[in-house]
Amino acid sequence: MSTRLKSGGRLIDRSETLKFQWNDKWLRGHPGDTLASALLANDQTLVGRSFKYHRPRGIVASGVEEPNALVGLGKGAKFEPNQRATTAELFDGLIAESQNHWPSLEFDIGAVNALVPKLFPAGFYYKTFIHPRAFWKHVFEPVIRKAAGLGKAPKDRDADRYEHFYAFCDVLVVGGGVAGLNAALQAAKEGKRVLVLEQTPHWGGRSPVDGGTVDGKPVADWINDTVEALERMDNVRMRRRCMAAGIYDHGYVIGYERLTDHAPAKQGPRHRLWRIRAGHVVTATGAIERPLSFAGNDIPGVMLASAVRDYIVDYGVSPGDRVVVVTNNDDAYRTALAVREAGLVVPAIVDARPEANGALPQAARAAGIMVKTGTGIAKVQGGKRVTGVELCAQAGEGATLETLPCDAIAMSGGWSPVVHLWSHTGGKLTWDAERAFFAPDPSRAPVGHDGAPSVSVVGAAAGDLTLPAILDGAEAPEETPLRPVWMMPEGASADKRLKMWLDYQNDVKVSDVQLAAQEGYESVEHTKRYTTLGMATDQGKLSNINGLAVLSDALGQPIPQTGTTTFRPPYTPISMGAIAGEARGEIFQPLRRTPIHSRHEAAGAHWEPVGHWRRPYCFPKAGESHRDAVNREINATRSGVGLLDASTLGKILVKGPDAGQFMDMLYTNMMSSLKPGKCRYGLMCSENGFLMDDGVVVRLDDDTFLAHTTTGGADRIHAHMEEWLQTEWWDWKVYTANVTEQWAQIGVVGPKARAVLEKLGGMDVSAETLPFMTYAEGTLGGFDARVFRISFSGELSFEIAVPASQGLAFWDALAEAGAEFGITPYGTEALHVMRAEKGFIMIGDETDGTVIPQDLGLDWAISKKKDDYIGKRAQERSHMTDPERWKLVGLETLDGSVLPDGSYAVADGTNANGQGAVQGRVTSTYYSPTLGRGIAMGLVLHGPDRMDEEIAFNTVSGGTVKAKIVNAVFYDPEGEKQNV
Amino acid sequence: MLLLTCPNCGVAAEETELAPGGEAHLKRVGPGSEDADFEGYLFLRKNPKGVHFERWRHANGCGKWFHAARCTVTLEVFGTYSAQTTEPPKDILLKIDDKRPGWRG
Ligand SMILES: [Zn+2]
Repeated sequence: MSTRLKSGGRLIDRSETLKFQWNDKWLRGHPGDTLASALLANDQTLVGRSFKYHRPRGIVASGVEEPNALVGLGKGAKFEPNQRATTAELFDGLIAESQNHWPSLEFDIGAVNALVPKLFPAGFYYKTFIHPRAFWKHVFEPVIRKAAGLGKAPKDRDADRYEHFYAFCDVLVVGGGVAGLNAALQAAKEGKRVLVLEQTPHWGGRSPVDGGTVDGKPVADWINDTVEALERMDNVRMRRRCMAAGIYDHGYVIGYERLTDHAPAKQGPRHRLWRIRAGHVVTATGAIERPLSFAGNDIPGVMLASAVRDYIVDYGVSPGDRVVVVTNNDDAYRTALAVREAGLVVPAIVDARPEANGALPQAARAAGIMVKTGTGIAKVQGGKRVTGVELCAQAGEGATLETLPCDAIAMSGGWSPVVHLWSHTGGKLTWDAERAFFAPDPSRAPVGHDGAPSVSVVGAAAGDLTLPAILDGAEAPEETPLRPVWMMPEGASADKRLKMWLDYQNDVKVSDVQLAAQEGYESVEHTKRYTTLGMATDQGKLSNINGLAVLSDALGQPIPQTGTTTFRPPYTPISMGAIAGEARGEIFQPLRRTPIHSRHEAAGAHWEPVGHWRRPYCFPKAGESHRDAVNREINATRSGVGLLDASTLGKILVKGPDAGQFMDMLYTNMMSSLKPGKCRYGLMCSENGFLMDDGVVVRLDDDTFLAHTTTGGADRIHAHMEEWLQTEWWDWKVYTANVTEQWAQIGVVGPKARAVLEKLGGMDVSAETLPFMTYAEGTLGGFDARVFRISFSGELSFEIAVPASQGLAFWDALAEAGAEFGITPYGTEALHVMRAEKGFIMIGDETDGTVIPQDLGLDWAISKKKDDYIGKRAQERSHMTDPERWKLVGLETLDGSVLPDGSYAVADGTNANGQGAVQGRVTSTYYSPTLGRGIAMGLVLHGPDRMDEEIAFNTVSGGTVKAKIVNAVFYDPEGEKQNV
Repeated sequence: MLLLTCPNCGVAAEETELAPGGEAHLKRVGPGSEDADFEGYLFLRKNPKGVHFERWRHANGCGKWFHAARCTVTLEVFGTYSAQTTEPPKDILLKIDDKRPGWRG
C-alpha cells in the first residue's frame, strides 16, 4: 500500500497536521504536502478515470506533467475543475473531488467502454461523424455526451480577484533550478536587471532529490547560498509559484503567478498575469522523464521513477511497499536506492539494456538489489492497482519468464528536455540520437528585434542532464548511456500493444498510432489530431516523444524525419480569471457618459449602447411601454417641442490655411465655397468609394471648419483625416482636433422651439437673423452657446453646443424654460423614426460598407466641379456606375403594417446558387406615429423608376407582404416646417 | 508581440499600442487613371517572405503615423522612419543590404 513513512520528507512539516476533504471523506496531511502526496499518504492510489475508456487512473508524476490526477478543487464560487493534484499545495480545509466517473470513482459505468476497446479505435470521431450518420445521432452521441468531458464547469460567478502586472528586465530566467539560479547569478553580477521565475514553491529543481555535491558540499547548500546571494541583490527579483506560460515576439513573455491558491486566507488577488518585456530570456526549464510502453503501464501504481523518489524524499511517502524499477538508463537506479533507503523492498531492477555497469547500477548491486538486464515487462498484473509484474526478455515477443509480486512500478524511459518555451517563438530543435531526445539548437535560436538571438537555454533543458554538466565544481556519479526503448518488449504481440498506453488522459495506445500509420497518416500533426495523442490538458508532456517514436517506427523512418508537433503557449493551463485580470464587471470596458448622463438616469431612461456611449433609447413613464414612450415623444416634438441630448455627435475641428482644400478632398461636396456662419450637410467616402460617414459641416471662420460626424464615427473619422494629412498631404497646412467631449450639444426641436429659446433670453434666434442652415455664437440664458439651425427631424430645430462643463445646467435651464410649452425629452428611437419620416439616411442602416452615395439618391451632394475627392476614382468604376445597382426608395405596406427589418424583396426565378431571386431589401423600417402606419426605406432594383409599383417582401414566418414603392420623404416633402 | 520604436515620440511601443497600416510607399492614383493602375494602388499588395516596408500608427500613443522596415520571417526590425517620405531612407537600405544580401532581387 502507499503510506506515510515514519521519517523523512524534506518539504513537509510533521509537527502540524492539516485536514482535507477528498470525495466527502476527511483525510490528513502536513504543511508542505501537495494534494497528490497527501492522497498517496492515505493510500488513495485511484484518483480518476480516463477520458475515453474510463480506465482507473492513478498518480503518475510529481509535477506539472501529471496527466491523470486531475481533480475539482473548492466549492461553489471557488470551484475549479481539472486541477493537477501534483501541483496543488495542501492547506487546512482543502476540498477536492475526483472527476470523469459515474456513479462513483470506485464503480464507473463508463468503464464498460474499456471492455470493447475496438469500439473506439484511432480516428473514431472522424469515422463515425461521417458514417453512418443515423448511428452517430441516435447511438454514439447520446452515450458519449453523458460519459464524456473532464470535470464539471463551475456554475457560480468566480468569487476571486485577478490582476495584471507589467514588468521589464534585461534578463529573464525561466526556472529556478540549479542551472537557472546559476544563470541568474552570472547576469546579476554583470549588473543586469534580472527576473527569475520558478513555477513550483521551491528553489533548486530536482537537484536536492537527485543529489550530488558542489565544491565538496551537498548541492542543497549551494542552492541555499545562491538564493540568499540573489535575494540580497537590488537588481534581482525572484518569484516562486510563477510560471512562464509563453514566450512571444521581441522578448515578450507571459508569466502566471499563483498567489493564494496555497493559502486561501491570504488577502489580495488569486492569480497574477505578468506581462514581461525582457531584453533576453534564459530558459532553464529542466527535463521531464518519459514513461515506458509496456502492457498495463496505465494501471494505478505504475509511476515515473523520478516521481517515486520525489514522494519518498520530498514528502516521506512511499508509493508502495514493493517497488519494481524498470528502466533503460542509470538515473532510475537512484529511485531503487531511495526506495531501499526508506526501508522498503525493491524486488528487482528491470533494465532493458544488455548490461548495466555504471556507478549507480554498481551501487544498487552493492546495496543488495537484484538487477535483471536485457529484461522487460511482459505485462502488469492488477486492475485498480498493481499486484504484480510479469517479466520477459526485452528482445523477444514477451513470453513470461517469471512473475514478481509488487504494488508499485517505477518506470523510466529516459528524459526529454522541456523545449516548449524555446520553441514558442521559433527556436529550432535537433534530434540527439545518442541520448534519444530533441534538444534546442543554439545555432537556430529565436531572434529579437535586432536580429540577435533573444532566447538561450541552459541546464537539462539544453540537454545537460547531469549536475557536473551544469555547474563547475559539481560532482555526481557518472552515468552510462541509455538505450532508446520505444516498446517493451521489442517484438510485442498485438494484444500487448493494445494495452500499452502513450497518452493516459486521452486513452491513446501504441496500437492506435500504429493503426493511424497503417491508414496512411504520415504527418505527425495529422496523426496527433486523428488519434488525439497529446491533445489532452497535459498537451502530451509525457506522451509526445514516445508517440512520435512509435509513429516513426511504423512509418519506417528516422525520428527527425517525423519531427515534432508544434509547441504552443501556455506551457500549462492558466486560469481565465488571470487572462481577464481586472477587466470584468463595470470596468470590462470604459463607459462614455455625456455631461447630462446623470439626468437621464434619474429620468428613468431606457439605455441603448452606441459605441462606448450609453444613449437614452426613450424615457418611459411609469407603466408605459417603450413603444408607447417613443410614440409620445415623437408626437410631443412634432406638435410642441422636444429635447435631445446630442452630445455624442462627433465634433472635429479642421483648421489652417489649407483647411478648405482638405475639406474638399474629404467630402464629396464642395466645402471650400461654404461661407463663414453657414452649415452644409456633407458625405464622406472611403478611397474605395463607399459612403462611410455623414454630418453637417459648419464654417466657423475663413480658416476653420467644424465637422460633425456620427456618434460612432468620431474617433474613426478623426483617424481617417489624420491618416491622409500625415501620410499623403503632409505638406498641407492643416491641423485637426477631435473636440467631441469638449462640448455638450442639445437639440431643441419642434414648432415651439424658438419660443423656448426666446424665453431663456439672450442672442437673437429669429428666422431673419438666424435662418435655416446657419450658425451663430452668443449667450442663451447666460450660457455660452453656439447655435446651429440644423434639423434631423424636419421640424424647426436648434442644435445648441455649450462647453461640456455647462451642459447639465443648460439642460436643466431648457427643461425649466420649456415646461410651459410641454417640452419633452426624447431618445434615439424617436430620433430614428423622425429622420425616417423625413427620408434622411442613417449611416449603418442605409449604408453597410457596400453602398455609395449615388445608390441613395444623394447625387446632389456630390460636387461635379471638383477634380478629385477621396472615393471619386473608385466611383468611376464600371460596377459603381452600373444602372442595375439597387437604389433608395420609400416603401409603404398596403395593409399599413411594419415591414420586417432586413427583409428582401422577392423576384421571379432563382439566382446562380439556386436560391430564390431578390430585387431589393429593407434598410430602415418603423411604425410612424405621425402617419399612423408602417414606413420603410429600402434599396430596390430600378427603384426610383418604379414609383407606385407593388412588390412583395418576405416575412419571418415564411410568407410575403406587399409594399408600394413611394418617395422616401414621407413627411413634409417640401421641407416647409424646418425652414421657419 | 512586436516592439517598434515610434520615430515621432521616441517611445519603444508595444504592438498593442500600434495600429497596422499595411504596405508603405504606395502612390495614390486618382480620377481619370487606368483601371489597372487604380487596382494596383488600392488592392494589390506585396506579401514578401522577408524584407517588408510597412505603415504603422502609434494609435494608443502619440497618434502619429510612421514607417517600419521589417523581416516578415524573423520579425527583425531594420529600422523605423518618418511617414512623410516616398521611399525608405538610405541608411536603412544599406543596413538591409548588409543583413539580407540580395534582397532587392
Ligand atoms: Zn509615438
